[in-house]
Amino acid sequence: MTNTPDRPNPDTVSRTATDPADAAGEGVVLDGGTYDRILEPRSENRLPLGDGLWHQLSRNYVWVRLISTVAFLVLVIAAALVASLVLRLGWVWIPAGLVVVSTIWTLVILPRQARAYGYQLRQDDLVFRRGILWQRMVAVPYGRMQLVDITHGPLDRLFNIAQLKLVTAAATTGVTIPGLTQAAAERLRDTLIAVAETRRTGL
Amino acid sequence: MTNPAAVADVRSPLSDGEWHRLHPLTPVLRGGLFLVVVLGIVITNLRDRIIGWLFPAVADWERYEADPVDYVVSNNLILIALLAVLGVLLILLGGFWLSWRFHTFRITGDDVEVRSGILFRTHRRAPLDRVQGVNLTRPMVARLLGAAKLEVVGAGLDANVKLEYLSTANAEAVRADILRLASGRQLARAGDAAGVAGAAGVAGVAGTTPRGRAAVAAVSAGLTGLIDGAEQPVAEPASVVHIPAGRLIASRLLSGSTLWLVLLVGVIVVGSILGTPWVLFTLVPTVIAFGAYWFRTVTRALRYSIAPTPSGVRITFGLFTTITETLPPGRVHAFEIRQPLLWRGFGWWEIKVNRLSGRSASDAQAQQFADVLPVGTRDDVERVLRLFLPGISAEQWQELVVHGLLGPRSGADPYVTTPRRAWWLRPLSWRRNGALLTPDALLLRHGLIWRSLVILPLARLQSIALAQGPVDRALRVAGVTAHIVAGQVRGSVGALDRDDAVAAWQRTAAAVVAAAASDRSHRWDAEPEGAGDVNAENAAAAAAPVGDVAMYSDAANAARPVDTANAADTAGPVAASVGERDAVAAVPAAGAISDDGGERR
Repeated sequence: MTNTPDRPNPDTVSRTATDPADAAGEGVVLDGGTYDRILEPRSENRLPLGDGLWHQLSRNYVWVRLISTVAFLVLVIAAALVASLVLRLGWVWIPAGLVVVSTIWTLVILPRQARAYGYQLRQDDLVFRRGILWQRMVAVPYGRMQLVDITHGPLDRLFNIAQLKLVTAAATTGVTIPGLTQAAAERLRDTLIAVAETRRTGL
Repeated sequence: MTNPAAVADVRSPLSDGEWHRLHPLTPVLRGGLFLVVVLGIVITNLRDRIIGWLFPAVADWERYEADPVDYVVSNNLILIALLAVLGVLLILLGGFWLSWRFHTFRITGDDVEVRSGILFRTHRRAPLDRVQGVNLTRPMVARLLGAAKLEVVGAGLDANVKLEYLSTANAEAVRADILRLASGRQLARAGDAAGVAGAAGVAGVAGTTPRGRAAVAAVSAGLTGLIDGAEQPVAEPASVVHIPAGRLIASRLLSGSTLWLVLLVGVIVVGSILGTPWVLFTLVPTVIAFGAYWFRTVTRALRYSIAPTPSGVRITFGLFTTITETLPPGRVHAFEIRQPLLWRGFGWWEIKVNRLSGRSASDAQAQQFADVLPVGTRDDVERVLRLFLPGISAEQWQELVVHGLLGPRSGADPYVTTPRRAWWLRPLSWRRNGALLTPDALLLRHGLIWRSLVILPLARLQSIALAQGPVDRALRVAGVTAHIVAGQVRGSVGALDRDDAVAAWQRTAAAVVAAAASDRSHRWDAEPEGAGDVNAENAAAAAAPVGDVAMYSDAANAARPVDTANAADTAGPVAASVGERDAVAAVPAAGAISDDGGERR
């Protein structure tokens, strides 16, 4: 919530951009209001970052996740209170306690998790990474994308972020970039489509 | 009809771009079960009366006073009753006739289309360059009537275009046409052949309109099919693999499920001895169920043959319902060569594949389509793989078989395997567990007890992932997962040295891009450049809107709304927009239009 991303300049959002790396103004749109360093595991045995420019998520993403998680937590606690005080169901604290503890743990690691997300637009493919404890990196060739999907809920809109999902013919690809600024998401979508057009291949 | 030479060279009259009808018996074959049930009910109810009519001596009329037949006879309503029966028959026949009339198909240079339905019309179209295969199914009953079902396999869920039923000869002709058109070879030849066919058509049947001619042709072909009756001999190319029935049955008996049966029987017997004897009776249903299962798997796999044809690999199987599938080149996304434990003594292997079968994973037949070689020796495996991957050199074969199938040989093992420090992640197979990147495929080797080798052609790989959990990190290892279309084969290998895994990931990602760029298998036999100009017909087809949805059924009732989940599996450009998703973009997938080979990288 610290800063609002720059509105996309109509000149920079051009559908003709084919090479993701050298399009002018890319950095401004994709990296406005985002984190600037990928958080990695401390161990030297981690998966290396490699070279190239990593784009990251909007700082607002953490706030959206925190608000929704806290709301969920409040809801669970309220339900458990009602069940135990009004309905005299003492055992309800066992499942509720488990849920509360795991949710609080989620809250604790959320900010770290958000910093571990990253994506790179390489010459021929998009590389996506996430996770600290469980690291995952996926390379998706541009020509393999079947669909680019942008989703944003009401809370997302309030914080001006969106989620971008890439779909290939394989269900297991599972590349979903959460918490992009809306401008970045739209820019990324347009770029990906333009690039996919020039590199399209069979299934 | 037309010049036979031209037909043989280009296409049969059924795929001339006009609408054609199916086999006249189609409604009977499709609604056959319903009719049999109705007939059965009528016969059961009138059983005694029929006996009475046939053998008056044993008739016992007093028992049927409330019988509607008696009621009709006693009230002099025979005429009305007969009229009613006639009316029902007429309506049925009329319905059949209408549904037959409205069920038409068309094969053009770019698509296969089917229209059906009387009130709720559906229209389905499959672009030919997205054809994943053509299946010719001949169920028992249809076989007796000389009919066959043709299924053009598309790339989505429930995306197949079915032509059921055609007479066997027509089905063969249509299949050949579809495959020839899809291959793109047609584009080069049609120019000269179209003239010949056109001239012959004019000379031969002057005076009739093309449409009328086509209808006459369809009807006469259908009638011929009717008269010919039983299954016509079909020229099948010789199979490269022969599975003796004995081996097939033995292999099914030695499957993993048999171990379970033995275990179950043991438990039941012990239980009945120690405790309650009546548990023994549960043996009967168990054995019956297993017997049925074996019978089914064995009859399905009997009459197996696999052979190369110009339009792809042709696989035939099934004793009662015979299925012949034709897989054009480059339609297989993953192979797995497996050896269950009990088969090791015999040296048998099986090959399973992942492909887009146009069916959901829960479909019983989906599993069947995954079996490319139900059981075979090492030589059979080699022969089958050579059909699908003709580019394998002798040296690569060495890598594949000697190292891939039979495990690490001492000395030079080309595979990257699990390092010694991580042996306890793969306690038995750590020496074998590994990966190898060849120029056109990624090979993953697993398992010491259940040996398996996964071959992933790079041109079909969708994306590739690298993953590392906390335990992996402590041991400095990582796993590589290749993402392919859903199926029985899964492409992942774990516990490789971190640097090896990262290198394999990087190199595979680069190789996938290169392989995809040079891949031409969507029009596998097309001339590389500008072949489309030659063909007048094709030019007309190219005028159709660019970026058609790969598969659709539009109907007044919107019979099949394509949802996003479904769309994800569909190959073509798909757009869906519901609820909160307010921006959905479709990436135009390859080959929505065929003739742009020049600009493709």
